[in-house]
Amino acid sequence: MRALVVGVSIALVAWLALVPLGFMLWQSAHAPAGAAEATRFTLDHYRAAYSSRDTAWLLGNSLQFAAGAALVAFTLGTLLAFVNERTDAPFKRLFFALSLVPLVIPGVLFVVAWMLLGSPRIGLVNVALRALFGTDHVFVNVYTLAGMAFVDGLHYSPMAFLMMSAAFRAMDPALEEAALTSGASLRAVFAQITFRLAWPAAFATILILFVRALESFEVPALLGLPGGIPVLTSAIFAAVHRYPANVGLASAYAVALLAIASAGLWFQSRLLARGERHATVTGKGFRARPIELGRWRMPVATLCIVYFLLLIGLPFLVLLWSSFQTFYAVPSRAALAHLTLEPYRFVLGFPAIARATLNSVVLAIGTATVIMLLTAVVCWVVVRTRGRGRALVDQMASLPMVVPGLVVGLALMVFYLHVDIGVYGTLWILLIAYVTRFLPYGMRYNAASMLGIHRELEESAATSGASWWATFRHIVLPLLAPGLVAGWLYIVIVSIRELSSSILLYGPRTEVLSIVIFEMWENGQYVELSALGVLMIGALLALALVAQRLTGRLGVGAA
Amino acid sequence: MLSVRGLTTEYAGRGGTVRAVADVSFDVPRGRFFTLLGPSGCGKTTTLRSIAGLERPAAGEISVESTVVFSAARGVFVPANRRGFGVVFQSYAIWPHMNVFRNVAFPLVAGPRRMSRAEVRDRVLRVLKTVALDDLADRDATKLSGGQQQRLALARALVMEPKLLLLDEPLSNLDAKLRERMRFELKRLQRELRVTTVYVTHDQSEALALSHEIGVMSGGRLVQVGTPRSIYARPANPFVADFVGTTNFLRGEVRGFDADGARVRVESEIGSVAATPSEDLGVGDRVVLTARPEDVELAETPLAGVNAWPGSVEQKVYLGESIDFRVRVCDRVLLARAHPRLATKIGEPLHVRIAPESLLALKSDGG
Repeated sequence: MRALVVGVSIALVAWLALVPLGFMLWQSAHAPAGAAEATRFTLDHYRAAYSSRDTAWLLGNSLQFAAGAALVAFTLGTLLAFVNERTDAPFKRLFFALSLVPLVIPGVLFVVAWMLLGSPRIGLVNVALRALFGTDHVFVNVYTLAGMAFVDGLHYSPMAFLMMSAAFRAMDPALEEAALTSGASLRAVFAQITFRLAWPAAFATILILFVRALESFEVPALLGLPGGIPVLTSAIFAAVHRYPANVGLASAYAVALLAIASAGLWFQSRLLARGERHATVTGKGFRARPIELGRWRMPVATLCIVYFLLLIGLPFLVLLWSSFQTFYAVPSRAALAHLTLEPYRFVLGFPAIARATLNSVVLAIGTATVIMLLTAVVCWVVVRTRGRGRALVDQMASLPMVVPGLVVGLALMVFYLHVDIGVYGTLWILLIAYVTRFLPYGMRYNAASMLGIHRELEESAATSGASWWATFRHIVLPLLAPGLVAGWLYIVIVSIRELSSSILLYGPRTEVLSIVIFEMWENGQYVELSALGVLMIGALLALALVAQRLTGRLGVGAA
Repeated sequence: MLSVRGLTTEYAGRGGTVRAVADVSFDVPRGRFFTLLGPSGCGKTTTLRSIAGLERPAAGEISVESTVVFSAARGVFVPANRRGFGVVFQSYAIWPHMNVFRNVAFPLVAGPRRMSRAEVRDRVLRVLKTVALDDLADRDATKLSGGQQQRLALARALVMEPKLLLLDEPLSNLDAKLRERMRFELKRLQRELRVTTVYVTHDQSEALALSHEIGVMSGGRLVQVGTPRSIYARPANPFVADFVGTTNFLRGEVRGFDADGARVRVESEIGSVAATPSEDLGVGDRVVLTARPEDVELAETPLAGVNAWPGSVEQKVYLGESIDFRVRVCDRVLLARAHPRLATKIGEPLHVRIAPESLLALKSDGG
């Protein structure tokens, strides 16, 4: 039983992680088989992709966009983390809760909201500032490289916040107190101790943010393509979506994306490994005494509130406003008179949306269930067994971390078009894509709880006469339960948000919610999109709240 | 009953295989309490885990009542869940998602043999009664105190009525007072149930208090097997003397034997002494002399007889029930334990005597 379960799980992971990607790499170096000739080795795609001057421009755009977005996210996130962890600023609990909200909001909605806020002509920010100063100046424009970097960076700043909060929290306050008692000023302590100690974590965070921005699809597609600023991800999308589709070219771009992303993450993991040598974690229960802001307390709090307005308040309000209109109009007394529930009626009555909702829910639940059970077995192998192959299994299951969603979509599309087992164009291919993409999350949740289970809890079941399977079912799975549930809910949420791999894989009857929103944007149905967005955000927030409650309670129940 | 022959385990370490246990053999007769004693890393836990079937040894044979559960030569390895031994782990390994009753019932329902619900209930309650936990059967396992968890782990190991009970440092997680109480409890239970027991500990007083027989391990080898009394009073080598209890060491060289060979004359760091030879010694052998602190007699007036020296108090530590003196004799300092009423001051003279039967001459490990 043990050999069967473990064998099947590892085979499944290997299939998911390696086969389509390998096929895509092979494909990128081969000409398509025609009627007259068999497929042959060629570097034409690479030549086409990398010889043109456009490509240099494309790469430049990509790197600038990613670097800009990473810096915006890092700066905002780190400031908030510092304020929250180390000062006596008010409303800290509220800030923490609010910072988790954007993780729930689908990227495509956030970007559309910022289009409504920051487009040069109708953008609300511009309209308001123009009215204020009585000019027709364009104050902000999201259809520029800087605008794209700002919107993307803003959306992912909570990720930086969470990572840097952890870094600040892991620091032993005694190290700072030692500097203080040595006579250093508060400023010197921060400059010479705190930030020096936080530096490896900070640099690792920047790298992660950079790689993530590089893989970002929503902003490049919704803001970059109309603005004439293509990056690698949007170039892949454009190459597949034009007629005839140029999959070879898309694959060649994908390889470049993959290369940069792997290099970044490899560098990041080396950095973290080095950081562990002068680890700042000591496991002491002490928290550093918060810095008293004094008269800076209210200004700092105000800045934080402005930040959350930009991050959550304005985007949600503009969606809400637009969702009560017949045609999108800038807020005014005249527009106020035309408030209507028509968009909601449309959204609730439109069969395609009902179908997409069902598809999204089925996919999210299916993905989360498959991943959590699969990775429970795989994590057991990685954590418990001592075989030489276990490190390989771990790396294999974490490999999709490096692969951008769009590349996952492309690889699966190419592979299952060639290997026709009837999944192409069905929900199955979307399920495969989601399971592949989010496998590393499952690994992380399960590995963390697996490490917390003392080996002797399983050994005592064995000496009690239980077989491997009985031990796994009666001891391991129940003890993993809190992590399983938390990971399951997290994967449900990210699955419902997923766009970048779905966009290449959906078929006529297999649209999901994020695709419907994307299509509404393409059709200019802004008010209906907004109504759908408001409903979706409401549902996802409710789910996230339940998740937090549930994991909190389960966490207490288990030792 | 339990027979371990030539047990050797290996694991892959840096630069080749490392032997955790090397050629260990011992027997435990039915109903006896056998303790593996040694410092951490000596291989005692690995030996226990090999008996339990949690570790697959590289060589040797383990059998229980003529049933071979492991034999490298014959390729026999019965997995842990088919051996039917009761094991108490160092961490207790109480399953936190089950209550007390279900923890104890698990061995009865997990295995291949089926038992009626009433029978399970009956046996669980009976074993819970033996460890005095019967009124806590419905309690959450995580809500037990340290001592209760320890008894629960014991109950779970005993509920199958195993042929063999294996305990891996079960008392090391308890505070000193509770440890002492559980020591008596464990001894009473084992003697009452007469279950054959192998016990692993690094605590020599635990080993001495509980066991019928002790096996002292060092560096993966079994260096001495014997009753608690013989291990303490007649250590086979300097390591055992040092590890079990506190002891004084003196270096010397054998000069001769008396007529019946019961005494050996040794030229030592504090002069010529008469000692008891522990093994085959020859004239000219380098030896280590050991004497327990409580065997070093102290007096403020000169002592008569052999092995008596004048000395002076260098330091003393008052322990309540006794008092430890560090007495300088020639150029050496001897540790002596005396009744607390002896109140000689530091720097004052004190006379020392060690009876030849309390002074053991052990062959030097070299160096």
